[in-house]
Amino acid sequence: MSDVPAELKYTKSHEWVKVGDDGTLTVGITDHAQAALGDLVYVEAPETGESYAPGDACAVVESVKAASDIYCPVAGEIVESHESLADEPEHVNEDPYGDGWIFKLKPENPGDVDELLDADAYQKVIDEED
Amino acid sequence: MGRKTPLYQRHVDLGARTVDFGGWDMPVNYGSQIEEHHRVRREAGVFDVSHMTVVDIEGEGAREFLRNLLANDIDKLKGPGRALYGCMLNEQGGVIDDLITYWREEGRYRMVVNAATRERDLAWIREQADGHAVEVVEQADTAMLAVQGPEARERVAGLLPEGDREAALALKPFQCGDFGDLFIARTGYTGEDGFEMVLPADQAERWWDGLMEADVAPIGLGARDTLRLEAGLNLYGQDMDEDITPLECGLGWTVAFEPEARDFVGRAALERQREAGVATSFVGLVLEGRGVLRAGQVVKSSAGEGKLTSGSYSPTLERSIGLARIPRDAGEQVEVAIRKREVPARVVKPPFVRKGKPNIDL
Repeated sequence: MSDVPAELKYTKSHEWVKVGDDGTLTVGITDHAQAALGDLVYVEAPETGESYAPGDACAVVESVKAASDIYCPVAGEIVESHESLADEPEHVNEDPYGDGWIFKLKPENPGDVDELLDADAYQKVIDEED
Repeated sequence: MGRKTPLYQRHVDLGARTVDFGGWDMPVNYGSQIEEHHRVRREAGVFDVSHMTVVDIEGEGAREFLRNLLANDIDKLKGPGRALYGCMLNEQGGVIDDLITYWREEGRYRMVVNAATRERDLAWIREQADGHAVEVVEQADTAMLAVQGPEARERVAGLLPEGDREAALALKPFQCGDFGDLFIARTGYTGEDGFEMVLPADQAERWWDGLMEADVAPIGLGARDTLRLEAGLNLYGQDMDEDITPLECGLGWTVAFEPEARDFVGRAALERQREAGVATSFVGLVLEGRGVLRAGQVVKSSAGEGKLTSGSYSPTLERSIGLARIPRDAGEQVEVAIRKREVPARVVKPPFVRKGKPNIDL
């Protein structure tokens, strides 16, 4: 069973989003996603200062098997990028909701995050895939 | 829902992630694919390869038939109990499949062909067999296991009846033998020592369980791909297909042009190509910048463009490696287009890994 923490928000494309105290969003891929991808061997995190629209491919994770795009959950600007993942991509497998975070985003519109899936809705997305 | 091997339930019970491969539901990994890879390089692992097609060619015309069907010459084999790798070609010299042919005894041969090409292979073999005194028999009620790794043979031998152990362990590379209803060959697709075994389907679970108890790790198709890539072994459908000749995919060494009197399907086309010269070379690449090589990526060189045919991450080298078809005069340094970047890569001669150790300069 995949871990789906109740306090996070999610996308259908398997990103998780955590809202920080200052309104910054931390984004990673879910436990379900890392398990499906298998051992990650490379992460290309986005560059700080870049702006993306929701659904834009802004990062790439590569497992031994394949490359997968990571999509920006809401419109915003990248304020921090987890660059050390380039050398230690296994953190995404080992700790997807902690040390495996991929980037931090300043949302254009803080309310957009409310449109994302909650844990129950995301669980349904996973169940339908299996 | 695809076809299932006799071991499907075992894979599910072990928590395998399964994937469709050539119409079969096959385990891609049981846990960490990289760990599985290391187990084979360092110790021993078992692959369920029952999806592969076992075709027996029998009859007094078998030898002559195979000398015509295959680009390699089974007459190179010094006697029964030996195996030969090679290609089956179309008239244009394109590769219909690559396969190992086992000579079991006078007039009895066994071929193991790829799962993804099964229908095409069987139809082609039967068509070519017309007019030859041979029977083409697909063994559908069998399972096939590949036990690979430096410890593999010892661990298999421990499960054999005592009377067969010595003979099985005495098999040299590319030798084979029948042991009761068990067929064992010292062949594989990982670059490691080991056995490939064909057994009756109803014995598959007993063998599998025995291997698990003997501390042989279950290995999925994911690690099978990185192991064969490190060993510089081609994958049909990626590194070659019916539009690619053996001379264009690094398999020239498997084409027996001698003796000249032997005609085989595709010979005329290959001779023309050999005379005209092959414009490309088939090489290994090691990525020197960041990223992962993948099949389909474009290779840029001073002599023009080429293409990656296989690419992945090498757990042994901790680098990304690949196989590519590039212009013959491309030189040693090339660049690979990975998304929006051009990443430097170095041309090397496979295998990348030999007997568990790096075989290229890093």
